[in-house]
Amino acid sequence: MNQDTPDEPGRLIERLVGPTDQELSCEECFDFLDAYVELHLAGTAAAADARVPRMRAHLRGCSACRDDYDSLLALVMADQTDSS
Amino acid sequence: MTLARDVDVWREAPTGAAASTQLLALTAAGGLAWRVTRRSSRGAAGDAVTGDPGPLSDDWVYRLSRPGLDRDAAIAALHALLLRAARFEVNRRRAALPNLHGADLDDLACQSADDAMMSILRRLADFRGESRFTTWACKFALVEAGVKVRRHAWRGREIPLTEAVLSADADHAPLPDAYAEAQLLLIALREEVKQRLTARQREVFVAVALNDVPIDVVAERLNTTRGAVYKTLHDARRKLRVALTARGLGIEGERP
Repeated sequence: MNQDTPDEPGRLIERLVGPTDQELSCEECFDFLDAYVELHLAGTAAAADARVPRMRAHLRGCSACRDDYDSLLALVMADQTDSS
Repeated sequence: MTLARDVDVWREAPTGAAASTQLLALTAAGGLAWRVTRRSSRGAAGDAVTGDPGPLSDDWVYRLSRPGLDRDAAIAALHALLLRAARFEVNRRRAALPNLHGADLDDLACQSADDAMMSILRRLADFRGESRFTTWACKFALVEAGVKVRRHAWRGREIPLTEAVLSADADHAPLPDAYAEAQLLLIALREEVKQRLTARQREVFVAVALNDVPIDVVAERLNTTRGAVYKTLHDARRKLRVALTARGLGIEGERP
């Protein structure tokens, strides 16, 4: 995921103690994932974060939801490439 | 969204040709009311991707909601889309399944597409038009396939209970300065895990955070949902952050 990436010790600590920001739940993450991905692909990460606050923190904290985000992003990007 | 309910439903979902028959029966039973006059709400994501998703997305919902041959065609088209998405995901994750090949991998993708179809038809009214319908639908197939791959990869394996990653014992090589603070945190964390967490919190924290066991695998073993496991992990992490902050070890944003 191309989002704020801490350095290596920072990544380890965050993996263990999680993000300090407010997070969505996994259920909320699933609900908003499609809109969030499309906004990101439109090149407006700030708009995506404004539209779905707390998503970014959840994707840092939950590796399963982050995998889902990465996959949907890759799939839609592949579709865009195929259709262009 | 109700991931928990869906997972339970998906477990019982039929597959293959039987699925298509039951899918039609499900929609015919009237569980998916949809007002024809509804238009896409087109939120901020409405025209995020090239093309106008509104009418196309509404067309999907309209066709999937009305009995008749057109719905059969729409279901067939949607299933093809979901199968493509599921194959995409299985292919991305295939390194996790070295013992599965060709037909087995494709069977996993087919099951994922079938289960995603069941969920989509049941939750059609949840589509808010904030993305293209195809993006909304594909996420069901991707999540289904991802969960199946992770669970299959862990089938028959014990969930590790070791806290080795927290070990900062003498047998470790000296750490560079940049890691010194992290090492102090790890030592403190090891103590706080034992002192602060409940048995369930510790079980989840050790499996997911320390040993990278997929959260969906832990959820399956504990007979619960991804969301419930993550809530347990979240609460455990918060306890640990507060405890570390109380020790004067800076975890930004937390107050005891």
